[in-house]
Amino acid sequence: MTRRQKKTLLRIVLAALLLIAAALLPVQGVWKALAFVVPYLVIGYDVLWSAVRGIAHGQVFDEKFLMAVATIGAFAIREYPEAAAVMLFYQIGEFFQSVAVGRSRKSIAALMDIRPDSATVLRDGEEQEVEPDEVEIGETIVVRPGERIALDGVILEGSTAVNTSALTGESLPVDLGPGDKVVSGSVNLTGVIRVQTESLASESTVSRILELVENSADKKAKVEGYITRFARWYTPTVVIGALLLAVIPSLVTGNWAEWIHRALVFLVVSCPCALVVSVPLSFFGGIGGASRHGILVKGANDMEMLAKVDTVAFDKTGTLTQGRFAVDAVHPREIDADALLDIAAAAESFSTHPLAESIIRAHGKHIDRSRIGEVKELAGRGLQAEIDGERYFVGNARLMEEASADYHDCHLPGTVIHIAHGSEYLGHIVINDTLKPDAVEAVAALKTLGLRRTVLLTGDREKVAQKVAGELGVDEVRAELLPAQKVEAVEELLSSGAKLAFVGDGINDAPVLTRADVGIAMGALGSDAAIESADIVLMDDKPSRLPLAVRIARRTMSIVRENIIFALGVKILILILGALGIADLWLAVFGDVGVLILSILNAMRCMVIRE
Amino acid sequence: MKKTFKLEDLDCANCAAKMEAAINKLDGVQKATVSFMTQKLTLEAEEERFDEVLKEAVKCIAKVEPDCRVILK
Repeated sequence: MTRRQKKTLLRIVLAALLLIAAALLPVQGVWKALAFVVPYLVIGYDVLWSAVRGIAHGQVFDEKFLMAVATIGAFAIREYPEAAAVMLFYQIGEFFQSVAVGRSRKSIAALMDIRPDSATVLRDGEEQEVEPDEVEIGETIVVRPGERIALDGVILEGSTAVNTSALTGESLPVDLGPGDKVVSGSVNLTGVIRVQTESLASESTVSRILELVENSADKKAKVEGYITRFARWYTPTVVIGALLLAVIPSLVTGNWAEWIHRALVFLVVSCPCALVVSVPLSFFGGIGGASRHGILVKGANDMEMLAKVDTVAFDKTGTLTQGRFAVDAVHPREIDADALLDIAAAAESFSTHPLAESIIRAHGKHIDRSRIGEVKELAGRGLQAEIDGERYFVGNARLMEEASADYHDCHLPGTVIHIAHGSEYLGHIVINDTLKPDAVEAVAALKTLGLRRTVLLTGDREKVAQKVAGELGVDEVRAELLPAQKVEAVEELLSSGAKLAFVGDGINDAPVLTRADVGIAMGALGSDAAIESADIVLMDDKPSRLPLAVRIARRTMSIVRENIIFALGVKILILILGALGIADLWLAVFGDVGVLILSILNAMRCMVIRE
Repeated sequence: MKKTFKLEDLDCANCAAKMEAAINKLDGVQKATVSFMTQKLTLEAEEERFDEVLKEAVKCIAKVEPDCRVILK
């Protein structure tokens, strides 16, 4: 609690005691009025003072001014206990609001308190502890176990396990060694490492992420805009209603005290506070909670849109698949599979092509390079290699034709590498990109959430795309798309009325990400382009974060709606009961403050997210 | 030009909304947001008139909530 809040709390307690004392005092008339004026002033002097200042500034519909009018009005019609109590409850509501908002702001700030405060830099052979902004690019920093890595960089010395959970939500540590990149904001767990920095503190990953989340609350959702506009006419309308209610029936019946009393009920509920506070608070909580799970939502508007999404289009490579090739099948003819793989691996052993690497990985054994003679790369076809003095061809169908080998195509989809010994066909190897372990689960979870359509958009060949789509269980697949055609496909989906989210790896998908209703970039740790162009960023590589993001968004929206309906419903009910003379000031102020407190508590639920 | 300022003692969400509406009506303001949650004013205004516009914005804030202070860095 701040000093100001403590002071208010003290005043609340004091005023409550004085109020009870005043009620028990056996006095009448003026003395009774005075007895209630004391607690009233203790609790309300600041409200009265700001009401005066508000009026000087022409703020007629200021909530404090209206509260002052309501309570002074109550005194005027000799409802002393009510006058003092209304002011007291009003202040309790304000106090609660201030504490609750402060709390939630702090707990969200704590969620995001991953900015390192210091870095140990190595200068002239000595370790110096400095602020992260004092470290230049290219300097060496020392990070001990338990410390947060201050700046992005590359490990020079030492190996360790690193926890990136603050950034990605992934709690499984990653093992890193010399040459590996480390990301600022992650925690070094086991070993001492020396890191050559590659960023300044102000441009490091952790700074960029924090900035993004902090600013997200400023990008307001549509619903927040509606509420603000509604609030702008709500107060004047209620005040005018109060005036009419005080004057017209009084002129008819002559019973001024009764109708003024009813009109004061209107003034007490004239502040749209509960509505206006709870909506941004809910979004703030939802965004904060999501960021703890490695889901960065760039604005409340994006959260709102994600809740409405009914169609998801995925990019394939790097998004649902690992973007890493692996040998799927080895189909030898005449020789055995190991021998075939051995020849292919030997031939490819000098190549750095991803396909070659996958063969070498699948082979997994030592390759004796002295066996290999001349290797010729044949552009667009493959390789011709001398192994143990014999000539081999390793490559595609065209190469086999050139070698006049009797090859045949494979029934499996994927990239097929044929191998021939001279013109004798030895068999082929099928290579495919592998699915991420949780890709199937992610697509299924989206269906369970009731999404209408899942679409796979890929530049890959039809046969491969169909196979992957079948494994994933997506509804539709569009293959062999050039980047521009991906944009067209997305536009087509949009024009069919779909609320579309596009999920891509963010590297070459920028135009598609911006075009979709919600652009979601995956595995964005360290990728500026993705953070720039996407609306929502999934920090780690897991597609299963997507259904979680949708759930968070929907839950946040439903809490927002609950609060709007609840707050508005209670206010309207009080207005009706007040006009009918059923609700008195006690009920009105209880109702109003109660709604405020309950909607704040409800909004704070947004922060708590279960996986 | 776009700049962000911290607000101190911004106590009510409705006031924040009112400030935002008032500042957005000022001449020379391209876009202003007053965030109750982050207690921040983000002001986007023409570069050459920025200081002048900022002064007006501070006045708007004082009008709505006299206790609220803008921390000018």
